[in-house]
Amino acid sequence: MLAVQFIRSLPAYALVRASRGHPAVATGDLSMLHLGDVEEPRLPGPGWVRVRPGLSGICGSDLSAITGHASRYLDALTSYPFVPGHEVVGVLEDGTRVVVEPALGCRPRGLEPPCRPCAEGMPGRCERVTEGVVGAGLQIGYCADTGGGWGEVLVAHESQLHQVPAGLPDEAAVLVEPLACCVHAVLQGRAAPEEVVVVQGAGTIGLLTVAAVRRLTPPRRLICVAKHPVQREHALRLGADQVVTPDRLFQRLRFATGARRLGGPDRPLLLGGVDLTFECTGSGRGLDEAVRFTRAGGRVLCVGMPGREEVDWAPIWQRELTVTGSYAYGTERDGRRTFELALELAPELELERLAGPLFPLGEYRRAVAYARAAGRLGAVKVAFDLRDRQGWD
Amino acid sequence: MGRPGAVIEVDRNTPPTLFHFGEGVRLERLPLGTRVVYPPDPLPPIAHPERAIRRALAHPLDDDPLKSLLRPGMRLTIAFDDLSLPLPPMVQPDVRQLVLEEVIELAAAAGVEDVHLIVANSLHRRMTAEEIRHVVGDRVFTTFYPDRLYNHDAEDTEGNVFLGTTAMGEEVTLNRRAAESDLLIYVNLTLVPMDGGHKSLATGLGSYRSIRAHHTVHTLRNSRSYMHPPDSALHHACTRQGQLIEDAVRCFHIETAVNNHCFPALVNFMQKRETDWTAADQAAYLTVKQLTDLAPPAVKRAVFHSMRAPYGLTAVHAGQVDAVHERTLAAVERQMLVEVEGQTDIVTFGVPYLGPYNVNASMNPVLVVCMGLGYLFNLYRGRPVVRPGGVVILFHPCRYEFDSVQHPSYIDFYDEVLADTTDPAEIEARYERCFAEDAWYRQLYRRSHAYHGVHPFYAWYWAAHAMEYVGDVIVVGGERETVRHLGFKCASTLADALEMAEQTVGRHPSITHLRFPPLMLADVR
Repeated sequence: MLAVQFIRSLPAYALVRASRGHPAVATGDLSMLHLGDVEEPRLPGPGWVRVRPGLSGICGSDLSAITGHASRYLDALTSYPFVPGHEVVGVLEDGTRVVVEPALGCRPRGLEPPCRPCAEGMPGRCERVTEGVVGAGLQIGYCADTGGGWGEVLVAHESQLHQVPAGLPDEAAVLVEPLACCVHAVLQGRAAPEEVVVVQGAGTIGLLTVAAVRRLTPPRRLICVAKHPVQREHALRLGADQVVTPDRLFQRLRFATGARRLGGPDRPLLLGGVDLTFECTGSGRGLDEAVRFTRAGGRVLCVGMPGREEVDWAPIWQRELTVTGSYAYGTERDGRRTFELALELAPELELERLAGPLFPLGEYRRAVAYARAAGRLGAVKVAFDLRDRQGWD
Repeated sequence: MGRPGAVIEVDRNTPPTLFHFGEGVRLERLPLGTRVVYPPDPLPPIAHPERAIRRALAHPLDDDPLKSLLRPGMRLTIAFDDLSLPLPPMVQPDVRQLVLEEVIELAAAAGVEDVHLIVANSLHRRMTAEEIRHVVGDRVFTTFYPDRLYNHDAEDTEGNVFLGTTAMGEEVTLNRRAAESDLLIYVNLTLVPMDGGHKSLATGLGSYRSIRAHHTVHTLRNSRSYMHPPDSALHHACTRQGQLIEDAVRCFHIETAVNNHCFPALVNFMQKRETDWTAADQAAYLTVKQLTDLAPPAVKRAVFHSMRAPYGLTAVHAGQVDAVHERTLAAVERQMLVEVEGQTDIVTFGVPYLGPYNVNASMNPVLVVCMGLGYLFNLYRGRPVVRPGGVVILFHPCRYEFDSVQHPSYIDFYDEVLADTTDPAEIEARYERCFAEDAWYRQLYRRSHAYHGVHPFYAWYWAAHAMEYVGDVIVVGGERETVRHLGFKCASTLADALEMAEQTVGRHPSITHLRFPPLMLADVR
């Protein structure tokens, strides 16, 4: 089958790092990313099925891996080579259209009894992600044995599949996985009605977090930090009360919260500030700013995937902040699966407006370059379109 | 004796006309038939200012000589205008220094020991120590600063007292030290007719509670103009407040007026009509133009704000406020007045780098509006130069650029309030109180060097009359997004602006260019 494969190689990694992840290098002949004919993944065990991806998104975490920015911490939790792609809408052999919940917990791995997090319905926190019927990997798309969305076939356990409602376009369905991540984060953050909430960043994760906050835990004021005009429009459409640009961030948040703003020798800080921040850029700078404008005793949720970042811990210490990560999805407090909630929310959000441009697999270099500059180019979710190859209508 | 102001019609031999353009200048060819209004030449200054001051103090108008009002053991407070006047700041010695030295000498001779000097900065930013030193001079500064020479604090609840309410319901507060003094002397520098008189004490040592009585959209729309006190509702309110202050505390006013010699020798071409430019003036213009075109904003700002004006004292009067102010206004009008025959469809002028509220800071977009449509538009007596529904074309780069120390509330005003509405009345109703009572702005006003939280509102209200009166405002050379945010139109060139203006005022409009600074007062017949 045709697939884009990620092959770990120390020289290629060094080269890509040296180029600071320049797309031409990160997708070039000497990179870790290769398009080619690879063997179809085999069905690892009972309950596993073949899925033929139709649309497969390019996620920020994919870009981090490709450009050498991903944390080395994840190396031990990944098996190589793998076919990337975990934001997938595809079809089963019987024609059923599904989205894939890619987390590889105990159940798909065939491990009984499950570890405690999996038993509690949180496969994202699985303690046995290197064991079972497939190799190491937190998710489909980072596991050598499952294939991924950037190839013509992947395999998934039936517990990982969610049927797509008939009215939901593929372009919307491809965003259900990131939406589920955001729903999980928002339910974890539990903004109170009287709070001021900031969503830092307006890429896919930032915008979907805005949408989820607005619908699930609407606060007194929801502020989104967006760099580009298109992001600003989307953020307002999805429910932000206010959109601010990064260069005016502290001034605007001071005004919104009635805080005190101090100059600081290197960058400003607020005394007082917002109650809850969803950090969706995944960058050290974003987190560093978040801990300076979140009020003492406030909460910061890291939703975007960070790497090894330099963050000033003094504000976290002095403000007694609660900084938590938010990864993946599972079963929420009311006993419902996060994916179910995301699929319920998806139709009213008109997610298809966030998808595109779409690229064939053969143009993976252009696609990655485009995704790297998506905000500046007016795009949100760049994806691969494999529907022609699969014979979809 | 210098020439009076003049209105000159542009013909084929007229050289290009100078426009101020923020921290820069440019020459523009105005269409044939355009009237260019020039201010009068500077009046000759008083040869011996100290002697004139002594004479004024010894022979006051409708009051006793100052010497007779001073006695040992008394509490004496001397308030004086802050750095919003004159513009640019004048070369040392500032006339306030000369007056203060004379007054303090008299007080010392009379055995008065309890003397405080207060900068009447109202809701303006606190002056820095160096700025105060520049105004009062070394001798006064080293003797009194900081214990007995300081800025007024309009937000100090203990430091201000409520004096009462006028017959029209305006509340009056005053600096406590001033209110509890045996004698309160105000030293004023009247640059334009809106300054001085009762307004000095009522606003200079007032608080938001008293200033909000007249700094309103309604009052300012009914001050036509506030550069001509008899026609100004603002000044009528200040007079009522001032009279109440005079009932509460013994006041003695000293007012000074200066000529319009506002540019140093190096850039003297700015002071002259273009027809009078010498080769040296032309070379100076080209040098300034090149430098300001190429230099980064910070460098330009440093150079421009370091300029000191060689103003000369033209009048000094002391005594009872009304009598003093009447004489002072006559002197100011002698320097500023230019007769202009009839109104015009389009008026053009350049907005310079400096206004009352951005000394040593950039002129932010809100202040551009305040300066252009507020102060400069209102420099008329009788009727505005432009007809009702006419077009104002002003020149300024109008960049999104704020001084975060001096103008923190301006940034929020621009980003939050103007993003919502530019209508002064709506802004006043919905937002003013929130900014005025913001604890952080209050803190920055009191402890840093920030304008009061409400100040951007007042800056906007100053332009309320013009916004209501004119049909269109076009900013030539402005940053497009910023100009649109302010609610105006933007043009790249004067020709474009004139073409756009024709859509409002029709074909073949009459055009008048006001060539300031130096400032002038158009007496429109």
